[in-house]
Amino acid sequence: MTTLDFSHVSKRYHVRGSGDLLAVDDVSFSLTSGQTIALVGQSGSGKSTIAKILTQLEHQTSGEVLLDGEAIPRRGPALRRYRQRVRMVFQDPFASLNPYHTIRHHIERPLRLDKVVPKHEVDDEVHRLLERVRLDAAVIDRRPHELSGGQRQRVAIARALASRPELLIADEPVSMLDVSIRLGVLNLLADLQRQSNLGVLYITHDLATARHFSDEIMVMHRGVIVERGPADDVILDPQHPYTRELRSASPDPDKHFAGRSGMDARS
Amino acid sequence: MISDDTLLTVSDFSVVYDVDPPVEAVSGVSLELRRGEILGLAGESGCGKTTLAYGIQRLLKPPAVITSGHTVFHDASGEDIDINALDAAQMRAFRWDKVSMVFQGAMNSLNPVAPIGRQLEDVFTTHRPSMPKGERRENAGRLLDTVGVGRDRLRSYPHELSGGMRQRVMIAMAMALRPQLMIMDEPTTALDVLVQREILLQISELREQLGFSVIFITHDLPLLLEISDRIAVMKDGRIVELDTAERIYHGAQHAYTRTLLESFPSLTGDRGDFVRGAEPATAGSASEQTARPDASSTEANA
Repeated sequence: MTTLDFSHVSKRYHVRGSGDLLAVDDVSFSLTSGQTIALVGQSGSGKSTIAKILTQLEHQTSGEVLLDGEAIPRRGPALRRYRQRVRMVFQDPFASLNPYHTIRHHIERPLRLDKVVPKHEVDDEVHRLLERVRLDAAVIDRRPHELSGGQRQRVAIARALASRPELLIADEPVSMLDVSIRLGVLNLLADLQRQSNLGVLYITHDLATARHFSDEIMVMHRGVIVERGPADDVILDPQHPYTRELRSASPDPDKHFAGRSGMDARS
Repeated sequence: MISDDTLLTVSDFSVVYDVDPPVEAVSGVSLELRRGEILGLAGESGCGKTTLAYGIQRLLKPPAVITSGHTVFHDASGEDIDINALDAAQMRAFRWDKVSMVFQGAMNSLNPVAPIGRQLEDVFTTHRPSMPKGERRENAGRLLDTVGVGRDRLRSYPHELSGGMRQRVMIAMAMALRPQLMIMDEPTTALDVLVQREILLQISELREQLGFSVIFITHDLPLLLEISDRIAVMKDGRIVELDTAERIYHGAQHAYTRTLLESFPSLTGDRGDFVRGAEPATAGSASEQTARPDASSTEANA
């Protein structure tokens, strides 16, 4: 059981000419293996700053980030070990893969660097990982440009899983994909999460998928978490005015057409 | 609001990208747009929706070639204008005056080194050369008021405005000459839901006031269901289904339309297609190819 504690974390950015910006303001939460939490909010609310602090791409101004009670090391091999346990899937699969390298290279690299399996098993492991993300082994010697967006994001997920992390930070993992494949990729993430008992922080602006993907939802507004709770409660019975505002702004055809004809069945 | 009056008739419209091998981006599209109507054009990347929107205004550049079809604009004056038959000067006068466009990523298409007021005035300088300077300025200010930016921002540069405000400026610019049709290509995709909602409400209100028609292009079907009168669903260059928003929602006929609808989990309703821990059956790479429609059912004309 792994627990990541985010305890009273704040992040202040210096903005030239207009003073300081408090991007994250005294935020606390914890993420445990097996748990899925969605972090929702509009752009500029501080969601991605939290992701960056979790992976230590940015350092918090104050507060602590603890993995199983220990502070995240700021550098050196210990930081590498931390990043092996807490992995990130980025938003843009067109930018997060290196165009010069094959799919094999992308997935092999963490396997070799983190010495996940003995050298002679690396190739088998790459195939196993591709199978887990349901990609055909034929893609192995291709380069990213030969793959569709959905396939690329599967490669990015396979790469994140290669080091056998315990926690996964997924920052808008499907928002750049075509709509008809988004659910497929999210379903895949949900399956993998269950199989490996991963803890997943799902960062998104999409309330509908947040509700369906995660156990819990945290709503962020101007650096502060304004509401949190079980996913259905937060969406179906929002307490904070900001959550209500977000909800009523999201397109909801079910509600839109509900008044017009009583009984309906979409399928 | 919507009359039976037809504003635009597109018939058998095809566009080919003349590369090797040639790509037929739009094939045999026919549709009629009514005066005052909001027509949603839905589809995923590469389906040809943007090519169609550019094509009917003759905005395409080589290697795109219009290989067949006509677009006839039924002007409020009663005159029928065959857009494909206009010469360069007529085309220049026609664009923006009768049909304007809010481009994809429009908020980044403002000139960064000119104040937005001047950019709005440019529209009048070009299309209404006889308009006196004071009136141009007054019109630009009024436009900014209409879209909720406010005339006190006339002297602002684009970087001084938020993304939502820049998008409103683009909409103001598209409305400047009171066109009868505005084509909006993903006008709110880059914006937050809250800002998106405000802008959509504003478009609806302006449509009520001014009576223009809108072709609204996006991949976001739930959004289209809420704002459109009718929706055309495009796939592989063809319109596979065209019907009222209500009928698309309640009884989509085409398999691909249903796939698109099911791609969006309901915000408040049941889980639908999204079942946590569902076994590979639906989630695999197969879903990347699902719903290739049977090629037999191709066109749906209104």
